[in-house]
Amino acid sequence: MRRLLAARAAQAVVVVAVVATVVFALIHLAPGDPFGAALESGRVSPEVRAEWRARYGLDRPLAEQYVRWIGSVARGDLGWSFSRNRPVAGALASALPNTLVLMGTALLLSIALGIAAAVLQAARRGSLVDRGSSALLLVFYSMPEFWLGLMLLLAFAYELPIFPVSGVVDPVMHEYMGTWGRFVDRVRHLALPALTLTLLLSAAIARHQRAALLDVARADFTRTARAKGLSPRAVLLRHALRNSLGTTITLLGLMFPALLGGAVIVETVFAWPGMGSLATSAIAQRDYPLVSATAIVGAVMTVAGSVIADVLGATADPRLRDA
Amino acid sequence: MSERAAGVRPLVSVRDLAVHFPVKKGVLGRAKGAVRAVDGVSFDVFPGETLALVGESGCGKTTTGRAVLRLVEATAGTILFDGTDVRALKAEPLRKLRRQMQIVFQDPFSSLNPRMTVGATVREGLVIHELAEGAEADARVRRLLEEVGLRPDQASRYPHELSGGQRQRVGIARALAVEPRFIVCDEPVSALDVSVQAQVVNLLQDLQRDRGLAYLFIAHDLSVVQHVADRVAVMYLGRIVETAPGEALYDEPLMPYTQALLSAVPVPDPDAKRQRIVLSGDVPSPAAPPSGCVFHPRCHHPARDAACARIVPPLEPKGEMSGSGKSAGAPHLVACIKQPPTTVDDATQRAAGATHPPQRYLPVVGAR
Repeated sequence: MRRLLAARAAQAVVVVAVVATVVFALIHLAPGDPFGAALESGRVSPEVRAEWRARYGLDRPLAEQYVRWIGSVARGDLGWSFSRNRPVAGALASALPNTLVLMGTALLLSIALGIAAAVLQAARRGSLVDRGSSALLLVFYSMPEFWLGLMLLLAFAYELPIFPVSGVVDPVMHEYMGTWGRFVDRVRHLALPALTLTLLLSAAIARHQRAALLDVARADFTRTARAKGLSPRAVLLRHALRNSLGTTITLLGLMFPALLGGAVIVETVFAWPGMGSLATSAIAQRDYPLVSATAIVGAVMTVAGSVIADVLGATADPRLRDA
Repeated sequence: MSERAAGVRPLVSVRDLAVHFPVKKGVLGRAKGAVRAVDGVSFDVFPGETLALVGESGCGKTTTGRAVLRLVEATAGTILFDGTDVRALKAEPLRKLRRQMQIVFQDPFSSLNPRMTVGATVREGLVIHELAEGAEADARVRRLLEEVGLRPDQASRYPHELSGGQRQRVGIARALAVEPRFIVCDEPVSALDVSVQAQVVNLLQDLQRDRGLAYLFIAHDLSVVQHVADRVAVMYLGRIVETAPGEALYDEPLMPYTQALLSAVPVPDPDAKRQRIVLSGDVPSPAAPPSGCVFHPRCHHPARDAACARIVPPLEPKGEMSGSGKSAGAPHLVACIKQPPTTVDDATQRAAGATHPPQRYLPVVGAR
């Protein structure tokens, strides 16, 4: 296990460095720069823009800029965000928790929902419950997240206004609420964006988990369990489920980037001030350090996700422990 | 079937067992015909004896074994376990009865839960049937492991850390844990190394002697069967075609199919004089079994004729009552209208197009 972790950490460093380099190259290849057309103020004269570029070193050769930037990133200094006019680290620090709350909630809910649906479907294979819920989840699975988000907004924020339209908290009233009130306010704001991601994710989890369960249900050792005299429920939960969780764990590791990508879009739909919104606006304004930083955070989260999946998988399956 | 040793009641009694699997076609999954995996099988297993069920792959022997324990549902027939109608049992009483009838599976690699330690696997049966719990259950697990030739400290191992033979011993310990009276051994050694096979077979025999277990021993390896079986039932295409005490079957195989099977057993004697019977063609599909005697298209009996395709041969007594020891008095039953004596008389046979009268045919095929 320790060797596995060390190897994966070394891999992670390489992956993050490569991602950072690629993103640096991409964003510099894109037309414009932080003080070009993206800086929407006609009153800034070309001379001033040139002076700013010189001050931030943007007039130097690209190679030199890269070396300086990657050197400072390696030392932990992510630089200064031109568009937000504050340190990049500060911008990340205020956005990251929002994204983590959204993703974490969606992840937990969809694991619970997906596995519960799969167990129900596998226990009543071929029944109306199985076919009906499979079809319903397939519908959600096929929907683009922005459309699903908009439909949920239309349904539960406009036609039936139970949830707020956007944001993390109520922009006016939050300040005047008690501790409990503030918590409820946050949960109400979290509900729709988290639900959007949950529906998408749990559909994928349920489909894979159901297939894995049925696979294991055919395995000899579940027959052994039945022959021992276990009840069908015990066979399903104690023997089949435990042996089929590996699929879902691996799947979650693989789905982590998709979840992150989905979160970016969902954040835009619901004006959720997280990493997604931060990255989108940073790209629009050619905020080089901020774009690169969000990409690095994304890469770190992705790698962390797959390492966590590996570790969980090894914990759940004794055969992988020595690997 | 057998009325021997008056007063001894069979532990397991199976009559006209049939297991048909529907063949589904199309999107709607409508049944289009059925695979007759087991089609009218009857046999008894007496306390403390081993009945071997032999036949080639796909003849329905494994399905028969599983149907007896209701691991697959039978389509028709009766299964009595010590007088209890197994097929009529509801889930809970069936679960309770599983304590008395166990199974050892063929594949020791896939039949153990890979996420459970060996000890947990063996222990589970004890706990669910409320035979022992806590420290007592642990002690029982250690004793069981010792009894099957494993070290008690191997209880904390996972199946993937053990060899095939060791795993099969775990499978046996697991089955023994609930103190059954009857064990279906579904090709328990065919997945094992030949050198390990003998050890496991001997273990099964020792356990039978010590605990008075009854075995339904499913196998395709006739030399293993010869070693363990008191009686042998030969299956072909879902039917029992011959059943006899072990020695009788090997000395005097009367069903042409049995003769072919025995002639395929290698004999460790290069000078042995015997006929090699090579069957032509493949096993017919159990979805469309041949009419009459299911074996007639491949039969090599010299008297085989048109009647064989029309008359379903009854499983009737032939040969001598040659059983000894545990199988004393067990009849030798054969399903062949061309091996005399037969209850299907000449007139009936001729009416069905027979051109040959029944004729005793016994090629030298065995090792003895």
